[in-house]
Amino acid sequence: MRKRRELTPVVSRVSAIRPSDILLFSTLRNERVRLPYFLKYYREMGINHFLIVDNGSDDGSREYLAPQDDVSLWTTERSYKRARFGADWLNGLQMRYGHGHWTLVVDPDEFFIYPFSDTRPIRALTDWLDAGSIKSFPAMLLDMYPKGPIGAQPYHEGQDPFEIANWFDSGNYTISRNSKFGNLWIQGGPRARMFFADMPERAPALNKVPLVKWQRSYAYASSTHMLLPRGLNLVYDEWGGEKAAGCLLHAKFLDTFAVKANEEMLRHQHYANSHEYRAYKAALDDQPDLWCKWSDKYINWRQLEILGLMSKGNWA
Amino acid sequence: MTVGFVMLCHTALDRAAQVARHWATRGCPVVIHVDRKVNRANYARLHRALSDLPDIRFSERHACEWGTFSLVAATQAAATVMLREFPAVRHVYLASGSCLPLRPVAELVAYLDARPHTDFIESVTTEDVGWTIGGLNLERFTLRFPFSWRQHRRLFDGYVALQRRFHFRRRIPPALVPHLGSQWWCLTRQTLSAMLEDPERANYDRYFKRVWIPDESYFQTLVRQYSVNVESRSLTLSKFDFQGKPHIFYDDHLQLLRRSDCFVARKIWSQADKLYRTFLAPDAASQILAEPNPGKIDRLFSKAVERRTKGRAGLYMQSRFPNENWENGLTAAPYSVFEGFAEVFQDFDTWLGKTVGTRVHGHLFAPERAEFAGGETIYNGALSDSARLRDYNTLSFLPSLIWNTRGERQCFQFGPRDNQAPSWFMARDRNAQVSVISGAWAVALFHSNQNFSEIRREAARLQKIEAEHLSILRSPWTKARVRIWTLAEFVQNPMEPLQTIIDEINPRALRRVTEAPRLAALAGFGLFLQNLRNQGMQPVLMGDFPVGDDTTSAPARSGRPYLVK
Repeated sequence: MRKRRELTPVVSRVSAIRPSDILLFSTLRNERVRLPYFLKYYREMGINHFLIVDNGSDDGSREYLAPQDDVSLWTTERSYKRARFGADWLNGLQMRYGHGHWTLVVDPDEFFIYPFSDTRPIRALTDWLDAGSIKSFPAMLLDMYPKGPIGAQPYHEGQDPFEIANWFDSGNYTISRNSKFGNLWIQGGPRARMFFADMPERAPALNKVPLVKWQRSYAYASSTHMLLPRGLNLVYDEWGGEKAAGCLLHAKFLDTFAVKANEEMLRHQHYANSHEYRAYKAALDDQPDLWCKWSDKYINWRQLEILGLMSKGNWA
Repeated sequence: MTVGFVMLCHTALDRAAQVARHWATRGCPVVIHVDRKVNRANYARLHRALSDLPDIRFSERHACEWGTFSLVAATQAAATVMLREFPAVRHVYLASGSCLPLRPVAELVAYLDARPHTDFIESVTTEDVGWTIGGLNLERFTLRFPFSWRQHRRLFDGYVALQRRFHFRRRIPPALVPHLGSQWWCLTRQTLSAMLEDPERANYDRYFKRVWIPDESYFQTLVRQYSVNVESRSLTLSKFDFQGKPHIFYDDHLQLLRRSDCFVARKIWSQADKLYRTFLAPDAASQILAEPNPGKIDRLFSKAVERRTKGRAGLYMQSRFPNENWENGLTAAPYSVFEGFAEVFQDFDTWLGKTVGTRVHGHLFAPERAEFAGGETIYNGALSDSARLRDYNTLSFLPSLIWNTRGERQCFQFGPRDNQAPSWFMARDRNAQVSVISGAWAVALFHSNQNFSEIRREAARLQKIEAEHLSILRSPWTKARVRIWTLAEFVQNPMEPLQTIIDEINPRALRRVTEAPRLAALAGFGLFLQNLRNQGMQPVLMGDFPVGDDTTSAPARSGRPYLVK
């Protein structure tokens, strides 16, 4: 809670938030090139207001975001790690501004898709969730990658990142239940296959619950992987059925990745002593190609639902 | 003669206004009931928006709570206004604020004109109802429900349990036979007025005030008292999910709704602009007078309910992670596990692949790596052959492989050298066809070039592992199709068991297996077993293998494999 005081408002337009608005919360550092498409994508989806924490960007991200009409921006130079990887900052903002709203928490390289996201705006989803008294909605992180070495095709500002990184792993995920928080713990995908084959237990968690009808008493326990109270993590059916679920398409593996990996290595600001980034760094030095002949090319959400990565549940 | 619409509204009043205007400007009077919980400003706005239309009335407002009599009272009030104010109305159609007409009003009028004495109301006796949620059918009529289901669920459930326990029963008025059905009906003036004007009405109302969800039973029961011609179906297309909530229609349902030929649909998402624009457009040239045909939509929604309640067998994912024994099938498709065959036959996987026309894996759970067919390092779904990754979560690996290769039968080898973690999983899985030649691992040792003391130690280890595995396969919880032969039994007559397995994998194969796989050389194997015995290890799983070396079975033929007739 105290962590909220670390934030300095740059520009606040929170007074424009109406009671029914759907809010997006994000924290970022040096993501200038990604921002135009990010904002466009989520505006078209129907997000009404963006609440963003800038963790000391020096690439113009702050200057780009500040004049946007639907953005409220805070900044901090403090430690990302000590703020539990940004979760404390966002929990604070969500407690203050998210109460009673549907809130979507995503990173600038995460693109939310849900059943019918090509034909129905996000409000159709939240209305449907409201009608069913469902308070949280899961979306597994799906790592997307290009064919050929990462960074062979440069990413241009405003471009759809999935024109470049349009491949994914469809069926190599492992799931186990976390008895403490009641959530599923999902690992696997190209990162486990390429970077963590020797230490699978270290592979990053892919389970996320980014969309929540927020209440003051809620909190993300670790990034958006786990929530409190525990009941919010029960986004899966235990009796054989399927609940509705989406995906977060993860546009991490673009040409910006190598720069990022280097920077994060130096800053030591990531999870488990930047173990993840150290693994990337080591592998990246030999120009890896995440693509293999069993990679699937991304088409749309229906494809992911047929592959069993997401589900319509009983939404039709 | 015309049809009048009674609309019950509580949200999205602007949409309700649009629909009311559509009907009223096409010669159909509308009486609107607005929930008293709607605030005065919104109510006034609706009033104003429709003030230019002469054929619209507003009825006395009731505060409506789902599942209570207030909805019936609101309907009665509005219907009374309709019958009193619009003498030309012959059919009264009950609709909600989130209903949308799918066909031109003229078609509905023509349809009803052709059936002037028919009451369209779903009305089914409690014995025949299959759709009620929560298990309350007849008890809706015989228990009391003083507590709100929405706000005091515990009290509600507790009070129901209490009444059941003490066998409490309310008396159903003797004239009535309880019926249930969709709350959206279309009744004739004759029937409706008889209902509203019956001197007994006060008694019936008093009774129904304590009935659970009377809007699904009041009119449905009473219509049987007065109607001469009940057609037990609703003209409104309305589908419910497994929790009894109505399915909602969106823009992408446009074509489906068009082809349904239903007159009215509910419930429409209030922001489905395209649906409202299309269906409220000035009437297109009238089509043929088709009967409503909601079959396609029925299928869509019943599939959704099935997905939500049963899910896809063999799928483990972020929103489907069944508890043990609730999987509805542990894996997605049948597969075959061969234990000992690769040791007994030379090139068994090539032969099997050719015979059943599928790709055959080696030992998927081998300690070194997952031996995918064709020596692949990555397989369908980008599954890695890394033993570390596989063993990190063995119970994800096998179902993933079977899920990823749906449509192509998987065959793989298994044995005591392998990671035994999936033993129980395979045993419990109905999709598994497990064929075991017990003790066949000794053949590999027999051919290996190791010191005998090492062989002896390894033999003891493998025998122990396999014995445990076999006891799992023989346990009463095993659901897999399991066949076990001892090595001695099997080599006596290898073709018959093989043919049985192949037939099961590929039942429609026309040809019998003609080419047999070549048996591994077994000359001296009996002696090898005897040597193990002499060194104090007791090989039991192979069965009775003759010690006298290669006299009886002598299956190790050289030259061409034999043919089966």
